[in-house]
Amino acid sequence: MTQHVSPPRGGTDKAAPVEGPPAWRVRLGRADVRTLTLLGVLAVLVLIGGITQPDSFLDTRNLQLVLTQASVIGVVTVGMTFVIVSGGIDLSVGAIVALSSVWATTVATQEYGFFGILFTAVVVGVGCGLVNGVLIAFGQMVPFIATLAMLASARGLALQITDGRTQVVTVPGVLDLAERDSYVLGIPPLVMVFAAVTVIGWLVLNRTTFGRRTVAVGGNAEAARLAGIDVRRQRLYLYLLSGLCCGIAAFLLIALAGSGQNTNGNLYELDAIAAAIIGGTLLTGGRGHILGSVLGVLIFTTITNIFALNNLQTDVQQIAKGAIIVAAVLVQRRTASTH
Amino acid sequence: MAPEPPLLSMSGITKSFPGVRALDGVDLDVQAGEVHCLLGQNGAGKSTLIKVLAGAHQPDTGTIRWRGEDVTLRSPIAAMRLGIATIYQELDLVEHLSVAENVHLGHEPTAAGFVVRGRAAKASTAELLKRLGHPEVDPGRLVGDLSAAQQQIVSMARALSHDVRLIVMDEPSAALDPDEVDNLFRIVADLTADGVAVVYISHRLEEIRRIGDRVTVLKDGRAVAGGLPAESTPTREVVALMTGRNVEYVFPERPAEPPAAEPVLKVEGLSRQGEFAPLDLEVRPGEIVGLAGLVGSGRSEILETVYGARKATTGRVLVGGQPLRPGSVRAAVRAGLGLAPEERKAQALLMLESVTRNVSVSAMSRFSRGGWIDRGAELGAAREATRELSLRPDNPAVPVRTLSGGNQQKAVLARWLLRGCRVLLLDEPTRGVDVGARAELYAVIRRLADEGLAVLLVSSEVPEVLGLADRVLVLREGRVVHEAPARELDEPRVLDLVMEGSPAS
Repeated sequence: MTQHVSPPRGGTDKAAPVEGPPAWRVRLGRADVRTLTLLGVLAVLVLIGGITQPDSFLDTRNLQLVLTQASVIGVVTVGMTFVIVSGGIDLSVGAIVALSSVWATTVATQEYGFFGILFTAVVVGVGCGLVNGVLIAFGQMVPFIATLAMLASARGLALQITDGRTQVVTVPGVLDLAERDSYVLGIPPLVMVFAAVTVIGWLVLNRTTFGRRTVAVGGNAEAARLAGIDVRRQRLYLYLLSGLCCGIAAFLLIALAGSGQNTNGNLYELDAIAAAIIGGTLLTGGRGHILGSVLGVLIFTTITNIFALNNLQTDVQQIAKGAIIVAAVLVQRRTASTH
Repeated sequence: MAPEPPLLSMSGITKSFPGVRALDGVDLDVQAGEVHCLLGQNGAGKSTLIKVLAGAHQPDTGTIRWRGEDVTLRSPIAAMRLGIATIYQELDLVEHLSVAENVHLGHEPTAAGFVVRGRAAKASTAELLKRLGHPEVDPGRLVGDLSAAQQQIVSMARALSHDVRLIVMDEPSAALDPDEVDNLFRIVADLTADGVAVVYISHRLEEIRRIGDRVTVLKDGRAVAGGLPAESTPTREVVALMTGRNVEYVFPERPAEPPAAEPVLKVEGLSRQGEFAPLDLEVRPGEIVGLAGLVGSGRSEILETVYGARKATTGRVLVGGQPLRPGSVRAAVRAGLGLAPEERKAQALLMLESVTRNVSVSAMSRFSRGGWIDRGAELGAAREATRELSLRPDNPAVPVRTLSGGNQQKAVLARWLLRGCRVLLLDEPTRGVDVGARAELYAVIRRLADEGLAVLLVSSEVPEVLGLADRVLVLREGRVVHEAPARELDEPRVLDLVMEGSPAS
């Protein structure tokens, strides 16, 4: 890895970090501590699940269910991570998922079959993202306010479309996606979509100019501007990306639930932000980890599952979630201050 | 009479922030009833010093004696209790509260311990405002509705509502009209007549002559002169203390012949309302042109306007004969301009990132295809650019925040080197750079020019401009007052020009 890239030239320069391990190990170690901690928490949760409900929790079907449930919010969280890395926030993700899911499941849309539903879900998501992006990038609105307004309007529009009714999906191709027959090697297609979004998200953030510009804008917007980056255009793209993720998530949700409802995606924004934060993404921007966000989502979904299997109330579950968020942020503060 | 101990005596105050030693053993004595002026360029340490005095920063070392006793100013409240009030340049008033509420914020007159006696607060506020010569300000009005001058009066009333013995005023005249300044000076005179000491910060030398008793000059975090008589010290001496060199720097040789190529950067009639008057200048490839001037002369504003970071009111900028789209940094960068801004950390660097990523950020298209970054090529290019500037440590993978000031500046220069720019705009290139590292940075800048770059340099240090530039434009209050080859100028001449605006030959 990176240890090969520094030839021993001019030995005096390397004299400074004598008492510490080499720089690459520090960096590797720091990244690993974060990921390992999250993996450790996940392992403990799995252990708890396995001990309390040995039969039902470790059942293949249950694990498939957990991953499927994580897929919808997971895709949303990948988009949210990009927005937060750029120093922004998107409070409207849950509402966009709701609006996309009901718009894509109206009787009129369902006539166009599988691709009609997919196309509508994605276009509605991107459309909402476009409005957010234009308001923030060119209208100079604070992301919090612009996306809060979108949250309210998109939820309202979703209610107006459905009139509060559940819109049952009758297109077989969509429903088949969540059926056991379509699993490949035991992996549900919805989970494969989630995995693909995660991999693409990781590559875009870490290996492309788009990702670099996102980090630069979030780390220091003024420096990014003076370095010749089009900060406004980048912000626009990021909210489009978040909207796109919401559209994909809405499609997954339609397949999973077999219907579209205006109450879909309730409080997704908070779950997505919380998952990103415990995954190590700085709420102030400039640093983010797609993998950490995904682990955060898996942790939350596993908790929900364990509580459900043990017939515990959701209020206890909420308290546990809150405690995990606080603990994760405190741990990160400590590792950050030991630089 | 018995020698009275000074009201305030700070000695050996040091304060470091990550990467910068903001105060390096500063002494300051203030007598009761005097106006003690604090002078210095941006970044000299004035703000840090008054924040230490206000209890907002804790010094790393040094002692503070107040009326002959050692004190520790743990918090702004502790300083306030002793009778030290600070009026910051950015007024710290609550806009949505009334004048009286602001004046009594935190120590409201109360009945039964918690019920605010609004009428009493208003009455005492009205009295304070009268004493300050502004009886027309209504204590019931919202502070947000007042003018800048009136807000300053409110801020002063707040200071006086405590039992105050020392008032620190940070550039109080900056936002005031001339007649308002007269009122300010009358207030200062009244205060000192009552035995209150005033620490007055300004970079307007004529003000210091008018109201100051003694002057302390700060430079690079040190007090280079303490307690000079404000009236009799020659202006030139004061300015030389502010801008002069502490050490003899070694400047690189200039080329024997001035470059003859066509100018690559042309600025025609460029101006910005309220900042600088229409300006013409040309920079040829291989040439370093310096802009010399004091704080407030429009130096940085000119560079940022040329770069498109500020939109010009009139005029245009041409690079290689092609006019730039005004107000567009991207157009400027695409045309081959690069800026190393004055505030490196706030305006140039991504402090969470590695040197590589800081260097590559403006030239990502050079080692990416379809948006996909070739990280090997990126690292190689960053390594090459940083090696060329001898950036230390010789490992672009380290985080940029771990570098010294001089090496951080080299990282910024490497960014533009990698981009392949034609014109380099340098704003205070050696600010925050250790004295020892400066000569190396000068050599780097000269070498870049020798390799065909056009350099436009801004510096508040006159010797730096004279030593490094080929040609010098002297600025005073947003206007070019003189232009000459650097070898025909010397420091006293430039100091006369920046202060008086007329060549005193």
